[in-house]
Amino acid sequence: MSYVRPTFRHPDSQKNKLGYSRKAYEGAISTLCAGCGHDSIVSSIITAFFEMSIEPHKVVKLSGIGCSSKTPAYFLGRSHGFNSVHGRMPSVATGANMANKDLVYLGVSGDGDTASIGMGQFAHVVRRNLNMIYVVMNNGCYGLTKGQDSATADKGSKSRKGAPVSFESIDLCELAILMGADFVGRGFSGDKKQLLPMLKAAISHKGMAFVDVISPCVTFNNAPTSTKSYSWVRDHMEATSTFDFIPMQQEILTEYDHGSSIPVPLHDGSIITLHKREDKEVITNKKDAIASLEEAKVKDHILTGILYLKPDSEDFHDINQTTDTPLSQLTEKELCPGNEVLQAFNESLR
Amino acid sequence: MKRIERTNDFVVRFANVNGSGSASANNLFAKVVYRLGVPVSPKNVFPSNIQGLPTWYEVRISDKGYLGRRGGADFIIAVNGQTLRDDYDMVQPGGYFLYDSTRDLPPGFDRDDITVIDIPLTQLCNDEFSDNRMRQLMKNIIYIGAIAYLLDIGLEPVSDSITKQFAKKPKLAEPNIRALEIGYQYAEKNHSDACGLSIEPSTAVGDRILIDGNSGAALGALFAGATVVGWYPITPSTSVVEAFERFASRYRIDPETGKKNYAAIQAEDELAAIGIGIGAGWNGARAFTATSGPGISLMSEFLGLAYFTEIPVVLINVQRSGPSTGMPTRTQQSDLLACAYASHGDTRNVLLFPSDPLECFEMTADAFDLADRLQTPVIVMSDLDLGMNDHLCAPFSWDDQRRYDRGKVLSGEELDKIEKKWGRYLDIDKDGICYRTLPGAHPEKGAYTTRGTSHNEYAAYTEGSAAYERSMNRLMIKWETARRLVPMPEIDIRDKNKKLGALYFGSTAASAVEALDRLEESGIPISSMRVRAFPFQPEIFDFIAGHELVFVIEQNRDSQMEILLAGECQVAPGKMVRVTNFNGLAITARMITNQVHTALLAKEKPFISQISAVQKETS
Ligand SMILES: Cc1ncc(C[n+]2csc(CCOP(=O)(O)OP(=O)(O)O)c2C)c(N)n1
Ligand code: SF4
Ligand SMILES: [Mg+2]
Repeated sequence: MSYVRPTFRHPDSQKNKLGYSRKAYEGAISTLCAGCGHDSIVSSIITAFFEMSIEPHKVVKLSGIGCSSKTPAYFLGRSHGFNSVHGRMPSVATGANMANKDLVYLGVSGDGDTASIGMGQFAHVVRRNLNMIYVVMNNGCYGLTKGQDSATADKGSKSRKGAPVSFESIDLCELAILMGADFVGRGFSGDKKQLLPMLKAAISHKGMAFVDVISPCVTFNNAPTSTKSYSWVRDHMEATSTFDFIPMQQEILTEYDHGSSIPVPLHDGSIITLHKREDKEVITNKKDAIASLEEAKVKDHILTGILYLKPDSEDFHDINQTTDTPLSQLTEKELCPGNEVLQAFNESLR
Repeated sequence: MKRIERTNDFVVRFANVNGSGSASANNLFAKVVYRLGVPVSPKNVFPSNIQGLPTWYEVRISDKGYLGRRGGADFIIAVNGQTLRDDYDMVQPGGYFLYDSTRDLPPGFDRDDITVIDIPLTQLCNDEFSDNRMRQLMKNIIYIGAIAYLLDIGLEPVSDSITKQFAKKPKLAEPNIRALEIGYQYAEKNHSDACGLSIEPSTAVGDRILIDGNSGAALGALFAGATVVGWYPITPSTSVVEAFERFASRYRIDPETGKKNYAAIQAEDELAAIGIGIGAGWNGARAFTATSGPGISLMSEFLGLAYFTEIPVVLINVQRSGPSTGMPTRTQQSDLLACAYASHGDTRNVLLFPSDPLECFEMTADAFDLADRLQTPVIVMSDLDLGMNDHLCAPFSWDDQRRYDRGKVLSGEELDKIEKKWGRYLDIDKDGICYRTLPGAHPEKGAYTTRGTSHNEYAAYTEGSAAYERSMNRLMIKWETARRLVPMPEIDIRDKNKKLGALYFGSTAASAVEALDRLEESGIPISSMRVRAFPFQPEIFDFIAGHELVFVIEQNRDSQMEILLAGECQVAPGKMVRVTNFNGLAITARMITNQVHTALLAKEKPFISQISAVQKETS
């Protein structure tokens, strides 16, 4: 258990627009190791949904298998959750989303769950541009099976048993960009200031919003030499253009210099304001986005922030031209052609 | 030589090269026979290849309505040089062999017990048509013209069918009709009276339709309200989804917006295909996927998840010859064990066994009600022969009063009315089926996490042995409920003395009925039971217990149905006798009667203890 939740809450404790307190967005008590990065991400997820005043029951949580995939139990207790099988969250999310396009789909996965066993499903759910938020809690190892290297562990880095990782590491953000995700971000579990607005922007984005969050495994992968450890990430983190997220309800405040900030409207009317760094202009250009990731790697840096964004994207249902009513709510009336059609069909065969 | 002289009762076999356009010509022939009111059963024997390998199209014509494979061929149309010798040798004594005499028959083709009919198909075709593509296609129509003469069909029934086929593009009908006439006239001029086989108009077909099982299954899914499909291409199941999409693009378009009342995704593999079905079923839509053996293997982990977490999903398994890639374009009923217990741990799945396209339609539609009612995967066990070949069956119909049974799903209002604490896995009704809720139903009630890990009645994670045992035992209560809901077996009592019984299922039915008729005619009445579902009902146990010897007829090597029955029912050793065929072609009545005779003989000579399951085509 990583933290003890205070049971006493001040009566004036903050309520959101729906009149819910943050508690309405919490889940069961975590059973992860104390200090596990995953728990910090959970806390940001709770805050994001709470502050955005999203009705908890309109959110669907899905995950695969792993310590990371257990976390949906620890947030949004009033949402339905589906802890599926190892590496297959994307297909279950696809089916769920196909059935009811009106809910918010949040998928949670691990680096083993996504970059190894689930690589195929990850690539294809991104390619379909399913309207969902896909969070990878990336610790560079298999936590739940006790610390084996994962495919995101950096080549050459020392693993739990001391031997350097011999194979190339997979950069999930680069892959997501290549596979066609229109929202790709990378955060660090220990940096809530950046992670929170990034999650909010991901929630507001229509289509696939992929967020890779470096999340140290304190039990199996937190040696200072590991590129997924707290200390290494803190020392080597480089933020790409910083940004603010302004939910649609708020007025856009232009307190930044024009020229150095770009407002990017999202489909629900929210705005992300990107503060450009002088030397870089990534974000909305795929090629540059990948180049800056690679450049950072050469410098031994981990680039964080919103790495790529194309706000006006078409999600699966746009492409499929699915009807407006969720498919799960259609009835015999819309679905069954009736006996007359069947009799005509019989006749056409004669 | 004694020619075979028969009316409305013989087998015609076309030997072609695949990719040459012969399929539609041969199909035209079957359709014409059907439209003349004569029961017909065409079977396509095709390779796993797109162009250039041998294919056969075997058409059984039977006024009596026997529509299984008979075995052997009375008339062979040989237009594939590669298989000429085999085709020639296969003609039944007294039968007929039509070949393309543009090239002479090689030396050694000297049977004196058959009638050889030479028609220079290529020559006739090239004289008339100049375009290469046209030449290839029209050659097929020329031989159809020839047999229209030889079998006394006449020109008109065939040209009517062509006109009907090209009703929307009459220009295309012209060359076809021309080719038809060329073949007809050539045969009339050069081979008058050469053939003793004849087709006469009949009323035997009645109102029956001729259709493939996969189209039936697709229509079943359409009428039952399936809206979500995830699939991955694999012969012989692909045409289920293709047909579904074809029907849906007509009947599932919102009239006002033009948008789709369905969503189908060709997934990245079968794992994703079933994952999509499960995600959608969990979220309240009716969903299905269709696959064959290799896909079943890939779906196994997910099937266990759906069984244990209790999620409805429909899976149509169009079986083919395994193991592994096996003979991917040949038929078998060999996934019984793989499907009945698909997945690790103690998993059991509901299976339905359709025997003709009508049952493909009805059982697929029912599968959605069963899956929703039982909150579990339901697998429709079709096969390549049933799914991809046309079969004669009663016309489809739908009761417009029928309402979908969506099972125990609590709405938001219902959640508000419940006084006690709701639990996803609480067995309130004591039928093993619990009440589920859908995401978004209620702002504060009814949410839970579905998980493949062990869970208690309130869906909370637990590793407590007692809770685990309770949930596994409750799933068996549900299984007992399923036993009472699945379709009943069909029983036919022929042996009043209750000595001999036969049990079969699925597409084996057509040949089994014919075999049992023959056996009865020869003084061996055998009562029969057609099993239509798993779990097995008590009637099945009683049938087996009530007969001295029960033949279990099926199309796989290991007698999987017999193994399943032995495991699920109390059966005395030696009571069940295996009758099998696993050569990749549909079982024939002759195979069945031969094995039954052998078994009965062996009973009198106890030293022959085991009947060989290895069956050679006996004709
Ligand atoms: C099919 C299958 N293979 C293997 C496992 C065992 N397994 C459980 S979790 C896991 C790795 C999880 O790693 P990751 O996704 O990185 O999650 P983490 O625990 O690191 O958060 C494995 C291999 C499994 N559950 N299912
Ligand atoms: S093993 Fe690692 S990933 Fe798993 S809970 Fe512990 S710290 Fe977190
Ligand atoms: Mg991990």
